[in-house]
Amino acid sequence: MISKVPSALLSYLRENMRPLVESAFAIFVGLVVGGLILLVLHYNPIDGYVSMLKGFGIFIEQRNFGLTEFAYALAFATPYMLTALTFAVGMRAGLFNIGAEGQVYIGGAAAAWIAGHFALPVGFHVFAVTIIAMLAGALWALIPALLKIRRGVHEVISGIMLNWIAFYLVMYLAIYHLSGKYAHLTAEALPTARYEVLGMVGRIDLIAMISVILAVCLGVYILLWRTRVSHIGFIQRWRMMLFGLIVGGSYVAFAYVNQHFGKLMGGNLTTVIYVAIALCVGVYVFLWRMYPGYEIRLVGDNPDAARYAGISISRAILLSFIIGGLAAGLAGASLAIRPTNWGFNSTLGDFVGYGFVGIGVALVGRNHPIGIIPSAIFFGGLENSGRYLEADLGVSSELVGGIQGIIIIAMALPLLVLLLARLRRKAK
Amino acid sequence: MTIARIHIPRRVLVFTICLVVIVVLFYLLEHVGISTKEVARGALFVMTPLTLAAVGECINEKAGLVNIGLEGIFLLTAFFGVYGAVHLGSGYGGLLVGSLVGALIGFIFGIMSVYGRANQVVAGMGINVFAGGMLLFLMMTIWHATSYEVRPEFMISKISTPLGLLSPIIFVAIAIAILFHIILHRTFLGIKIRAAGEKPEAVDVGGKRVDRIRMFTCILGGGLAGLGGAFFSLGWLGTVVKDISAGRGYIALACVVFAGLEPLYALAAAFIFGFVEALASTVGIMPAAHAFPFLGYFLLMVPYIVPLVVVAIFIGRKPFPKASGRPYIRE
Repeated sequence: MISKVPSALLSYLRENMRPLVESAFAIFVGLVVGGLILLVLHYNPIDGYVSMLKGFGIFIEQRNFGLTEFAYALAFATPYMLTALTFAVGMRAGLFNIGAEGQVYIGGAAAAWIAGHFALPVGFHVFAVTIIAMLAGALWALIPALLKIRRGVHEVISGIMLNWIAFYLVMYLAIYHLSGKYAHLTAEALPTARYEVLGMVGRIDLIAMISVILAVCLGVYILLWRTRVSHIGFIQRWRMMLFGLIVGGSYVAFAYVNQHFGKLMGGNLTTVIYVAIALCVGVYVFLWRMYPGYEIRLVGDNPDAARYAGISISRAILLSFIIGGLAAGLAGASLAIRPTNWGFNSTLGDFVGYGFVGIGVALVGRNHPIGIIPSAIFFGGLENSGRYLEADLGVSSELVGGIQGIIIIAMALPLLVLLLARLRRKAK
Repeated sequence: MTIARIHIPRRVLVFTICLVVIVVLFYLLEHVGISTKEVARGALFVMTPLTLAAVGECINEKAGLVNIGLEGIFLLTAFFGVYGAVHLGSGYGGLLVGSLVGALIGFIFGIMSVYGRANQVVAGMGINVFAGGMLLFLMMTIWHATSYEVRPEFMISKISTPLGLLSPIIFVAIAIAILFHIILHRTFLGIKIRAAGEKPEAVDVGGKRVDRIRMFTCILGGGLAGLGGAFFSLGWLGTVVKDISAGRGYIALACVVFAGLEPLYALAAAFIFGFVEALASTVGIMPAAHAFPFLGYFLLMVPYIVPLVVVAIFIGRKPFPKASGRPYIRE
């Protein structure tokens, strides 16, 4: 009896952990190739790995156990989370939505426009910036959606084209319409439009923040899946309301903690991360607990079955594009309105690449809205470690981009793990 | 009495209109006072890497593989072309190294997508992300600089023509486009390639190996794109910088879409977009342009808008092979 338990556990793990193993394996491949590149160029790969860990706040001399560094990683993770959400929702509907890049540009431009050129009441301003940026992203996502539905244009083609159209459009807007004091920067966001910067020094801050995030996740999980409710309607609405209350309450609680214990050290983790995580959880609830989300997943899994079931495929495609656009637009806002510029550079250096790396984040997170969160934190930490690669080893921080590319390439291979298993069996 | 109706394919119509517009623009430009020779010369230079990559990608997509990693191949081969040229001591050696590196990337992509059944769009995106990071990383570790000037003796020497100094690679690119158009439509190899994309089962039943055909097109496409990438640094710009190709890998994809996977049309598309880009840079420095700055940016967008509109309005989903982007699994 006792001896059976581990084997049962193992078989359970084998059944359910394969996606996780694939992700871990892709990351492993990426890191090994990165190490090999360092080795070929006569650097010590071990030093490289230590530097990479420093990006996550490990092996670092800081009086708060490297939590400052982890906060930087989270700051990088926020836009990744959102662009990954764009790709993941597309994938759930069977679409290859690689248009997040362009939607980030458009969302960022909209955010900078509202934040820098309108004087709105305190409180409402941040809200307006966020909403307008999300809507602008969704509006840009509407173009490939309609082209796909009406004219059958493949979303990869329209995505590539629209990314570049957005690139030049936003570049033009940034230089000629959004620029403020400096010609190369868009106008600074007014103080009322700025997201609050999370304190970077106090240990309490980050512990509070992490525990709040965990509490929100746990609370939502318990409320929505562990309480027995037989009918939707009033009770579901009540649950959603409570969910909103938890998020809002945690924000207020955090702001309080931040004000009293945190010091602003020019860090760049802003409160957008709450909205990002809430959006991930919200999309999860939408996809797995609501009927339109179920339709989207059915269209993605089996379009024929969906058609026979009378589901409108066009509507599912449209919805998944719009949700993706909302997320990518928010990513744009989070990149445009952040310290220390509170605006974006007219070369769009602040935006470029987030949409494409988001694909990798989504794939490592198995295209699951919740899986994306840890995956984005991993990619954010990796991105953050570029500074340490530069400082400790003297190599360019762009190596991180190479490693991210390798991880994406490795994730493209669905059979990598299977192939390896087969090889091992053959060797036996 | 019935009148014989002349059937003009839509694509021919679109391309004829574009070329007529270009001729008219040339005529107008001469009147405005812009040197059309300069614009045409610029167009031919922009056209070359686009053509090389687009022709390779056309053949690749005809065989049923979609490699959107062209931008990444451009970036890496622009570096390795110069690296090879410096080590071999000749520009042509550099071009060779560039196309070999491109072919190697194509080979890896082929192994992954043909035998590993990888998701081709994801793999291509991965190549782009990888190359975008590695270019600067390699430059920093090997040359310790973020930009590198190619010494004149390693550059491909230009030949003088009525249009001014042109690189011989331009003519090679035109020849390659014509050659591959003939191969694709007039030879048995071309039939095999097209069948591998349209109905791989038939190729398999006919006793030909689908995987080998696809591997061949992958390597070929990668090699051609690699030649284009090496041309950036060795035949044209003379420097290596971050983002040297500036999104032209994606314009090459736009050419492929615009051309409906036909190499000869891809040549025309590359010329049209090259013309637009040359025009954008010429118009951008004109004093009159300051009054209306959007024009320059709009011209930069044109290579992306035109294929999108053409695909949406005229062509739709038709030109792509049925098995495009799907791995072939033998039963």
